[in-house]
Amino acid sequence: MATKKSNGADSDQTVKVSCRNVWKIYGEAPETFFQGGSGAVSDPTAHADKIRQSGHIVASANVSFDVHVGEIFVIMGLSGSGKSTMVRCLSRLVEPTAGEILLDGEDLLKKSPTELIDIRRHKMGMVFQSFGLLPHLNVFDNIAFPLKLQGMGLAERRDRTARVVELVGLEGREASYPRQLSGGQQQRVGIARSLAVEPELWFLDEPFSALDPLIRRQMQDEFLRIQSQLQKSIVFITHDFLEALRIADRMAIMRDGAVVQIGTPADLIINPADDYVKEFTGDVPIARVLTAETVIDKAKKPTARMPRVSADTSVETLLPQLADHKNGIAVENAAGKVIGVATAQNVVNALASEAAKRPDDEGAPA
Amino acid sequence: MMDRLDRTTQGWIVLLAATLVMLALRDKAGWLITYPADWVVPLKDVLNTAMAWFEATFGWFFRGLTAILDVPLKAVQVLLQWLPWPVTIALCAVAAHAAAGWRLVIFTVAAMFYMVLVGYWTESMNTLALVAISVPLAIFIGFVTGVAGYYFPRSERVLVTILDLLQTVPAFAYLIPIIMLFGFGPVVGLIASLIYAFPPMVRNTMLGLRSVPAEVIESGLMSGATQWQLFWQVQIPTSARQLLLGVNQTTMAALSMVIIASIIGGTADIGWEVISKVRKAEFGESLLAGIVIALMAMVMDRITAGLALKDRSEFEQAGSFAERHWYWLLAGALAIGFFAAAQVLPLLKNYPEALEFYPAEVMNDALSSFVLSSRGVIEAIKNFSFFFVMLPARIGLEQTISPYSWGFEFTTPLKLVYLALVSALVGWAWFKGKINLALTLAFFAILFFFGLTKLPWPGLLAMTTFMAWTVGGRALAIGVFLSIGFILVTGIWPQAMLSVYLCGLAVAISFGLGAALGIAGAQSDRVSAILRPINDTMQTMPLFVILIPFVMIFKIGEFTALLAIIAYAFVPAIRYTEHGLRNLPSDVIEAATCMGCTKWQLLWQVKLPLALPVIMLGLNQTILYGIAMLVIAALVGTNGLGQQVYIGLGDGDFGVGIIAGIGMAIIAMVADRLIQAWSKSRQEAFGLTAP
Repeated sequence: MATKKSNGADSDQTVKVSCRNVWKIYGEAPETFFQGGSGAVSDPTAHADKIRQSGHIVASANVSFDVHVGEIFVIMGLSGSGKSTMVRCLSRLVEPTAGEILLDGEDLLKKSPTELIDIRRHKMGMVFQSFGLLPHLNVFDNIAFPLKLQGMGLAERRDRTARVVELVGLEGREASYPRQLSGGQQQRVGIARSLAVEPELWFLDEPFSALDPLIRRQMQDEFLRIQSQLQKSIVFITHDFLEALRIADRMAIMRDGAVVQIGTPADLIINPADDYVKEFTGDVPIARVLTAETVIDKAKKPTARMPRVSADTSVETLLPQLADHKNGIAVENAAGKVIGVATAQNVVNALASEAAKRPDDEGAPA
Repeated sequence: MMDRLDRTTQGWIVLLAATLVMLALRDKAGWLITYPADWVVPLKDVLNTAMAWFEATFGWFFRGLTAILDVPLKAVQVLLQWLPWPVTIALCAVAAHAAAGWRLVIFTVAAMFYMVLVGYWTESMNTLALVAISVPLAIFIGFVTGVAGYYFPRSERVLVTILDLLQTVPAFAYLIPIIMLFGFGPVVGLIASLIYAFPPMVRNTMLGLRSVPAEVIESGLMSGATQWQLFWQVQIPTSARQLLLGVNQTTMAALSMVIIASIIGGTADIGWEVISKVRKAEFGESLLAGIVIALMAMVMDRITAGLALKDRSEFEQAGSFAERHWYWLLAGALAIGFFAAAQVLPLLKNYPEALEFYPAEVMNDALSSFVLSSRGVIEAIKNFSFFFVMLPARIGLEQTISPYSWGFEFTTPLKLVYLALVSALVGWAWFKGKINLALTLAFFAILFFFGLTKLPWPGLLAMTTFMAWTVGGRALAIGVFLSIGFILVTGIWPQAMLSVYLCGLAVAISFGLGAALGIAGAQSDRVSAILRPINDTMQTMPLFVILIPFVMIFKIGEFTALLAIIAYAFVPAIRYTEHGLRNLPSDVIEAATCMGCTKWQLLWQVKLPLALPVIMLGLNQTILYGIAMLVIAALVGTNGLGQQVYIGLGDGDFGVGIIAGIGMAIIAMVADRLIQAWSKSRQEAFGLTAP
């Protein structure tokens, strides 16, 4: 199965941050359920049920995943599924009850408060759903705030801030205050602030959920553009499955604090782990998920007049072009080499075979 | 029918019946009406002994504190007296401009020049000196306590109760121990105003810190803030507006207490001027001095409120030194300029008496002729209210109606007519299914027949406790029972009932009036625009000043006190009613409009029921305001707890004063807790949140 970006997860398998059996329990005596802070239990589901029956709240249950260097890892789930708790465990805004979190191979949970502050100052950046801007500071001071906390001089602060202001397209708004900006602009400030320290690990907690759909779409494009330049390791939280599909290299679906399935978007759609995942994927237009690469006829030779598209183009964008070019469209890989030709018939066949895997009531999309 | 009634209704019927039985037995068992003197716990003697011991043991500490506090106080007083008046006015004008622009500058200069013009500059500056020392201290203490309360949420319950006590125990009551410990003099005013003024800062600090959004704190943490940086660079600036509102409230409280504390004398400030003139019934003089206080309060309020609501963006503009500090430079230049000018022009240094404008005599003459010419009307109003409203509520129709008051005897046939009328009304409400209305009618019928002060105390104690149980559960019921029990066993029940009667009547009238005005304000923007400045003025008006016009026209007495309380307490009723009606969920209003509600139906059947919880909080505030004014009103002749406090202060009797003071606080807090509990349960039922 192809990934959305040829330069994505596959190219670099170094692990940036790793969760090992992480639990977060709220209640009177959460730590009594674990021995020595280890989250490894023989039957996690039964263990979580036992904890719930004792009147405790299980926010995260035995969560394990790796985030690779340079990839966008999306955690998707409905509200109350524990996704926000997870991203806060990764940044230790919330202290996990049990388990391990390894950042560059070192146990984050063992870091002292001073070390933690240092890590946050240099390695982490976070974007919040309601922006989390400081109302008394203007755009410049908000973005420069983390730099100022580090004690950086004004000249260097100006320099760094100017760079990220340009990156998010906020030139000319430096003197404005948060309340004078639209939601979309406020989130650009939030993004710029989180990038100002040049973090290696970038957390985004439902960054676009508070925005209206048109702006959301635009911001997703901006986000992908910024990521294509910066290549951060990203943990992105969302409750919007389509958003997850658009941006994820790999994603985890969470439910009741536990991870249901981890995989690339296409994996999840084609091989949903259970009915819960199927419920999300069922509504997804397959054409948006399948890439050009999956529908090519490798035997067919491209002609010179055929337009060329890259391998990760979605079938959805391919369809209107196919209408104009009856003979097909040449598909090339990241290196610019043509790997095959996509024709209308190939696309129909692919869509039909995917549709056949779905429950009957969904109907075939093509 | 009984089997269909819920337990609450059954309980009320039993309690009302029991009350009637006790009233029937009152001749045989007088202890049901008058709490027996033998049962009184001699708490006041215990308190006096304890206080004497405390004073003897720790008095040196407080006297030392007095000596220490006296130094900066004297210094500021001397400084303010030494500065030529134009310098002080110019500095205040610069502050006014920084806070709210040119209009406030004009108001400030005019207000302060008035103080010069009527010849009260010296007294005003003595008051200002007290405020200048007490406000920063109160803000500091309040801020530190508030921060502690924020970081240790477990201490909150205790803290809030202490704050409630400090704000509801009448100031006069704690003037007594303060005088005993700190001796006479201006420092007493300072300490009293500190105690009274720091609680609002505590509340606003906690509120402000708590209202910082979680994400803002998290974003601060993720920016790598240490605890210290997080507090000073994230939490404090984000809650700055709430903190500055606290500063505003603290300043106003400090000023009002400085004025009240001047009743002990020896301060030579403007409050003393007003009180001594009111006591001598000199209308013109007291009003001219009263206006000084009112103006001072308004200027301080507008400047501190202006700073709180100011747009911060203009504050931190970058630029040259002169651009960034031009306010300070301007203030310095003006001060030096006027100071130099005052050396040349003596007029600017000491305003000559010959140029003063003091129209007190003219005002007195005008008032005398007004009172003379409308004596008939004034007497009629006074007598009517007294015989037909106040006396029935206090001692009941049973004792009020006589040939002298109503023009006829209250004979047995007439009593039977009353009974028949009441039964008909209660019966009508009952069979209409309005059980609560029927019970309320029955209660008030009993109240007006026998009078509040003649009702059996076991009945009232049981009814209040039962009400607490129905609205707030067991904990509230126990609290209310013990609080009212305190009033009983300390032997202040009769005075407490007099206070409840006067305050209850005033609150009922204020609330009716205020709610009606509030409804009008909510319905019409024009009415609202007229009401707003009136509300603002009445809220900043120091309590003594409100008293003046009523005393002058209606002389000393309970009726004057009633009017003064109403004048002060009707404002919150207006505010909350209007706020409640204007801030309803718009979808409900739209839905009701779409169903074809007329404006009137919309108001009565949709808006008022929904706004009721908020309006009830307005009632709560009305009660608190009423009780605050009750103490001040004791100056013009009332017989309740307010008078007891005043007596305690006059005689230096710590026990009497403090017990009466706590009694008033208990009445205020019981009313507060009952209404809050009720309002909360209603709001939750509607799915609304408190304002």
